[in-house]
Amino acid sequence: MSLLAEVTGSLGSIGYGLAAIGPGIGIGIIFGQGVQAIARQPEAYGVIRQNMILGFALAEALALIGFVAPFVYGK
Amino acid sequence: MVVDLATSAVLASEGVAPDGGGCHLGSGCGFPAPNGDIFFFDPYVTLTVLGVDFHINKAVVLMALGSVIIVTFFLVAFRRPKIVPGKTQLVGEVGYLFVRDGIAREVIGEEGDRFVPFLTSMFFFVWVMNFMGVLPFAQFPVMSRVMFPAGLALIVYVLYMYLGMKHQGVWGFFRNAMFPPGLPVFVYVLLAPIELLGVLIVRPFTQAIRLFANMFAGHLLLVTFSVGTWYLLSPSVIGILGSAASFTTVVALTGFEMFIQGLQAFIFTLLTAVYISGSLHAEH
Repeated sequence: MSLLAEVTGSLGSIGYGLAAIGPGIGIGIIFGQGVQAIARQPEAYGVIRQNMILGFALAEALALIGFVAPFVYGK
Repeated sequence: MVVDLATSAVLASEGVAPDGGGCHLGSGCGFPAPNGDIFFFDPYVTLTVLGVDFHINKAVVLMALGSVIIVTFFLVAFRRPKIVPGKTQLVGEVGYLFVRDGIAREVIGEEGDRFVPFLTSMFFFVWVMNFMGVLPFAQFPVMSRVMFPAGLALIVYVLYMYLGMKHQGVWGFFRNAMFPPGLPVFVYVLLAPIELLGVLIVRPFTQAIRLFANMFAGHLLLVTFSVGTWYLLSPSVIGILGSAASFTTVVALTGFEMFIQGLQAFIFTLLTAVYISGSLHAEH
């Protein structure tokens, strides 16, 4: 069987790069909308910040799992 | 293996640099990139209790040390509380009020007050354990060993399962989680298994992994740039410039790490409060 393409080197780094795309977009949306919400309603700062950080934590978990997985499953 | 900057670079270069002076740019050996091994320590003492080995290594010692610091601080702060607080009591009260007003009351509401001692202990424990990562001579975030956050997440798991079953009934707890009212029937086919999985497995898993992975990544980043500073230090223009840039990055990253440590302690406590809140009353 002939190889058409081959990837060598640290596959974990590539995997982490791929895993970071989604959470990156998600975190951007969360904080963008959060800041916008605070600008519109500064008096609701406490509730907005708390929900913002909550959403950030949930989105960030995916990127972090992508970061740890190569250490766990690598070689 | 006890990791400090010089030793890790020297150890990584063993057998490569004949003078034993470590690996530097231009000395013929490559960059000794740190890997997962820097998180493993040889035990100082091994205690065997009932056939189980307890390895007392650096992480355990740091945890014990941090616990003693926290207990001592709060004992000093609140041993003889006064109407007009002294300095230590003031700092303790600021921390306590931050957790009460910023987390407990904000998330759980008025009935959250009885969880404030638990949440405060949780917050300061996680924070101090994380802070060990930048504390000189300690320089190892205890929470970057996965079993420490896993243990904390297990405590939270047991707590919110117990509270949920006590306040909503065993069936009621799962019904409220799996079947929130007011949705079309076919949605429940998708939603119910996801929510059940979420409550049973995903919640404690992600709560532990989030804290662990943040500290793991942060520590690895700091070590990478520290080793990089040492490696690039060589008598050449590019070496000195690179070393200075790397060192500046270490300083900046240390500041950033301190921010992340506080933030992660906050998030861990916040999620605990959210889970408790979901158990006390159904979300709808």
